[in-house]
Amino acid sequence: METVNDEKPRVILTEHKVVENFPQGPTVYDDHFDAKYFKKKLQIVVIRRNNTDMEFDLIGIQHFLANTFRRLMLSEVPTMAIDKVHVLNNTSIIQDEVLAHRLGLIPLKADPRLFQSVADVNEAPTEKNTLEFELKVKCSHNREISKKESSRAEDIYKNSNVYSKQIKWVPIGSQRSRFNESDVGPIHQDILIAKMRPGHELDLKLFATKSNGKDHAKFSPVATAFYRLLPDIKIVKPVEGEAAFRLQKCFSQGVISVRKENDRQYAVVNESHARYDTGCRNVFRYDDLKDSVVMSKIQDHFIFTIESVGALPPDAIFREALSVLKAKCSALLTELNV
Amino acid sequence: MDTLNQELFGEPCTYKQPVKEIEEKWKLVPAFLKIKGLVKQHIDSFNYFINVDIKKIVEANNYVTCDADPLFYIKYTNVYVGSPDVDEGFNISKLTTPHECRLRDMTYSAPITVDIEYSRGTQKVAKTGLLIGRMPIMLKSSNCVLSNKSEFELAKMHECPLDPGGYFVVKGQEKVILIQEQLSKNRMLVEEGKWGAQCQVASSTHDRKSPTIVFVKGNKYFLGHNMFTDPIPVSIIFKAMDFLSDLEICEVIGIPDIHQLTPTLEECHKLQIYTQEAAWNYLGTKMVAKRYVTSASSVRTPADDARDALATTILAHVPVEEYNFKSKAVYLGLMIKRVIQAQSDKQFLDDRDYYGNKRMELAGSLISLMFEDVFKRFNFDLKSIADKTIPKIRASQFDVIKYMRSELITSCLVFAISTGNWTIKRFKMERLGVTQVVSRLSYKAALGMMTRVNSQFESTRKVSGPRSLQPSQWGMLCPSDTPEGESCGLVKNLALMTHITTDINEYPIKRLVKNAGLQDISIVASKAIHSPAAYIVFLNGNILGVTTNYQNMISIFRLMRREGQISSYASIYVNFLHKCIYISSDGGRLCRPYIIVQKGQPLLNQSHMTELEKGIRSFADFLHDGECDNSLLIFEYKDTPLSYRIIEPSYVEKVLVSTNEQDTTLIKILLRQTRRPEVGDKFSSRHGQKGVVGLIVEQKDMPFNEDGICPNIVMNPHGYPSRMTVGKLLELLSGKAGTLEGKFHYGTAFGGSKVEDVGEELAKHGYSYQGKDVFYSGITGEPLEAYIYSGPVYYQKLKHMVQDKIHARARGPRAVLTRQPTEGRSRDGGLRFGEMERDCLIGYAASMMLVERLMVSSDQCDVDVCNKCGRLGYCGWCNSCKSSGQVSSIVMPYACKLLLTELQAMNISPRLTLSHYCQ
Repeated sequence: METVNDEKPRVILTEHKVVENFPQGPTVYDDHFDAKYFKKKLQIVVIRRNNTDMEFDLIGIQHFLANTFRRLMLSEVPTMAIDKVHVLNNTSIIQDEVLAHRLGLIPLKADPRLFQSVADVNEAPTEKNTLEFELKVKCSHNREISKKESSRAEDIYKNSNVYSKQIKWVPIGSQRSRFNESDVGPIHQDILIAKMRPGHELDLKLFATKSNGKDHAKFSPVATAFYRLLPDIKIVKPVEGEAAFRLQKCFSQGVISVRKENDRQYAVVNESHARYDTGCRNVFRYDDLKDSVVMSKIQDHFIFTIESVGALPPDAIFREALSVLKAKCSALLTELNV
Repeated sequence: MDTLNQELFGEPCTYKQPVKEIEEKWKLVPAFLKIKGLVKQHIDSFNYFINVDIKKIVEANNYVTCDADPLFYIKYTNVYVGSPDVDEGFNISKLTTPHECRLRDMTYSAPITVDIEYSRGTQKVAKTGLLIGRMPIMLKSSNCVLSNKSEFELAKMHECPLDPGGYFVVKGQEKVILIQEQLSKNRMLVEEGKWGAQCQVASSTHDRKSPTIVFVKGNKYFLGHNMFTDPIPVSIIFKAMDFLSDLEICEVIGIPDIHQLTPTLEECHKLQIYTQEAAWNYLGTKMVAKRYVTSASSVRTPADDARDALATTILAHVPVEEYNFKSKAVYLGLMIKRVIQAQSDKQFLDDRDYYGNKRMELAGSLISLMFEDVFKRFNFDLKSIADKTIPKIRASQFDVIKYMRSELITSCLVFAISTGNWTIKRFKMERLGVTQVVSRLSYKAALGMMTRVNSQFESTRKVSGPRSLQPSQWGMLCPSDTPEGESCGLVKNLALMTHITTDINEYPIKRLVKNAGLQDISIVASKAIHSPAAYIVFLNGNILGVTTNYQNMISIFRLMRREGQISSYASIYVNFLHKCIYISSDGGRLCRPYIIVQKGQPLLNQSHMTELEKGIRSFADFLHDGECDNSLLIFEYKDTPLSYRIIEPSYVEKVLVSTNEQDTTLIKILLRQTRRPEVGDKFSSRHGQKGVVGLIVEQKDMPFNEDGICPNIVMNPHGYPSRMTVGKLLELLSGKAGTLEGKFHYGTAFGGSKVEDVGEELAKHGYSYQGKDVFYSGITGEPLEAYIYSGPVYYQKLKHMVQDKIHARARGPRAVLTRQPTEGRSRDGGLRFGEMERDCLIGYAASMMLVERLMVSSDQCDVDVCNKCGRLGYCGWCNSCKSSGQVSSIVMPYACKLLLTELQAMNISPRLTLSHYCQ
């Protein structure tokens, strides 16, 4: 088995399993934790970022810490979601409990940091912990259009489809002054909630509260948050000619390039693209190539991806996760009376 | 044979020419089903009964007289079955729909009305539209409100437009009458019997059904029938049928070596039977004694009985007019000939499992049997009422229609269909489980019930013959759709294209055959019947006559059938071994469409297929021309009556308040529950890889791959090696490649996508060609050591859910008799501490535990026992010693106390001897 000897801690992807490779020098993986050394080694590089997605590198950190951030983002960063539905009237064919479930899954625009969690479920909602919405839709025949022109349900009927944009915010107390109309409501306008036919009617009161993903997946602020380890590919035996092109095909696009040098074609690793290799290990299909390459992953280099649902920007979600961790740590310390 | 073969296969020199393959020939199947439908057999059969057969039955039993008054009579002139309706009280009825009947627990039935003519005193009275009973109506039959309705009209009646019909709604339950398979009637069947070859015929007419058997015993030939106490030598039967000389008998049997018959013929001489009368007298002594004697039977001699039995009961299906036994004798002669042939040549033995020897009984014919039986009983009841009432002197005249009650026929039919017990008195037939509740688990399950064929064989018998797949089932019955276990091979399913015939009028066929060169059996000399050139022509098991030019007859028959001059379901074939032409037009035969081949080439060609595709011509014209859902929510509907205790919280979906036929209030509540998967719920992929949820893991703890995807289900790989469900592995791999490429893959083992190609596709998209990816542990955050085989697999939730099965009990109800805890979840029963568990405790010598489990926690009981007499006492008093001096109280299981008292009840007095615990 090939080994790579440098200062980086890494795992090697062999044909049938992932093998750990022990580095020569000291790393963050060493037994003792030195805050100074950790601070010196830790590095964060943001690769791309917009309102919903973000990719950044977290370098020089232990896997358990990186995993903690991931786990906190998934299930402990709170958001607002519809949690209670008062059904005043529902004559559509969708059942009350299913309708309520669907409404709960609609992502809401509302900064959870400005709200408190509901302490007692049975207590009356207050402006501090609840957002109230209403959904009042009635389906009817569309008189403006004659039947001959179209037979599509959208044309012959009014409100045959109920969309998330029809959810209206009802401010409680001073909420009207505290929030802008545009800052509260469903994030996506075109989520189909129910289908109706003339005579069907929905009259619902919706109450959104603050909670986290542990309680119900609808409160999770992210679609997903995950990381992967930085791939590191090394060609250990020169690969030339036709084999070089074959090798190129075994990796993601741009990872391997074929260089020409006085009539000689040989494969080289394109360092800048190597991070996007999928780790598909298709080299092992070729007996002549499988010993020419060592595929490894750097153990303390995490490529994080956060896909926000939209209530919070991804960087804010990460920061929130940090503060949750901080709160947990201080809670532990108080418990220990240190 | 040559011309027929040439017609079919063409000149032998053209055999080598290839027959052009017709592409997309399978499209004929949907085209055929479009005009036929999947349950047409049932509906056809029921329609035949309601429109044709019921009239015949009433006509055959149309006259009722009575012994008390010779002038009295009832004559049925017509019978009708109306449209299904429901009585709304005050003699007002309104049309009903099947769905209304389902909801209100009623029977979907129509009135049977008759027109009658009868005598009231000296008057002759005619009445029309008299109700005699109600007939359950098959859905989608000609009398059903659903027949020939558009989709919109069906929807208005709350009926699914895709529902096939073909079943009944009886007392709110949907019942199918299963197709019953049985041996065909009125056909000779040569088999190996107890003593050698035997020929059996199950004769069946409208009112009689009895088997006649000709067999060889020693070197003599006998006829057996349940009318006779002993087997009768056939020579005596011939004499009784006016075949007096030995020559005549030999001729009508028609075998080359008449010495084989000598011992049989000698029997007559031994018994000194030389005349027909002597034979009748002899047979009269062998008759089974009659069970009841009527006034008419006293004037008849046993010889008369024998003559009548010979004419009407033995080989009942062969008609005998004015005691001219010629055709019956020919028939009997042929039976003997078959036996003799089979003795020397095994080729002549028939196979009773051969499908040509089977007939299917459908709803129509079964109900017709039942109706005829109950109609006869109805008339018999009228007769006995007339017999009893007319002699009485009364103020008003006897009017028989006052005694015509519709309950008898109605309740009899409803009872038969709702219980499935088919009891036909006149045939001494008693069958159980003829009907079944339509399984509505899925559309396919419901359809499958309509095509199910039930065999009459006992499922407990260990015979392989009737169970095994017969080559003659090809194209008629599905070779693979049969249940596992005890009814394997006995319950079958019809193939898609199978048609089951109904009775066809014999008259046009007889006329056609006569015109095609048939010599009537009554005018052919016995010798000529068995001449080498002659072919005997059978129609539905009866000998019509003989022909010398069978090729001509067959080709004319086929021509006329294809021209549509006679029914397309009449079938004809030659048996060269028997030298017979068999024509069949009886009901219950299995048929399927064929492509006509002429001169080695099919008449159906590619141009027909394109025409079919374009919709220019339909199948009927050909005949005429002679050529993934990952949803977490699953809904469970439960139909639970209100009176039951509702344990689980549920939503009320619907409430129905109505009345049933007896006008009692009926409340139905439909409950609904939304259930999320929980630990212990059962799931399955489509490869039989079923299993229960063992652990529900939060997303943060689930492993995830480099794309951030985490699995929904983690399956234990040990499920593969022993079960070898390679299909699931393939489904996962090609499913994964398919999602990446945006296309579908075929997962069939016969061709379909190859693993190699699928792997290549995965590699193209940057995934491992093996389908295995790097995963990170959701708990530690490190990469997992192994690569994980992952991808999409279709999973279903199965109906076995923990919530329906969860059960525990501390204290609860007990059975009245034994005072032991009740059994089963529905009765809040105890959990059985069985024999093996008991063995464990004995093994541990845990005696106190044993006592606790088996007695204290079950049926512990304090009993007073008298030390003096050893009997049981009560309240410290021994009733046999009349003393309380020696009574002591002990503890025992109530079951033991029960045994003691039960023994006492049987005059056995068990006595207990008590001794002290420490001694």
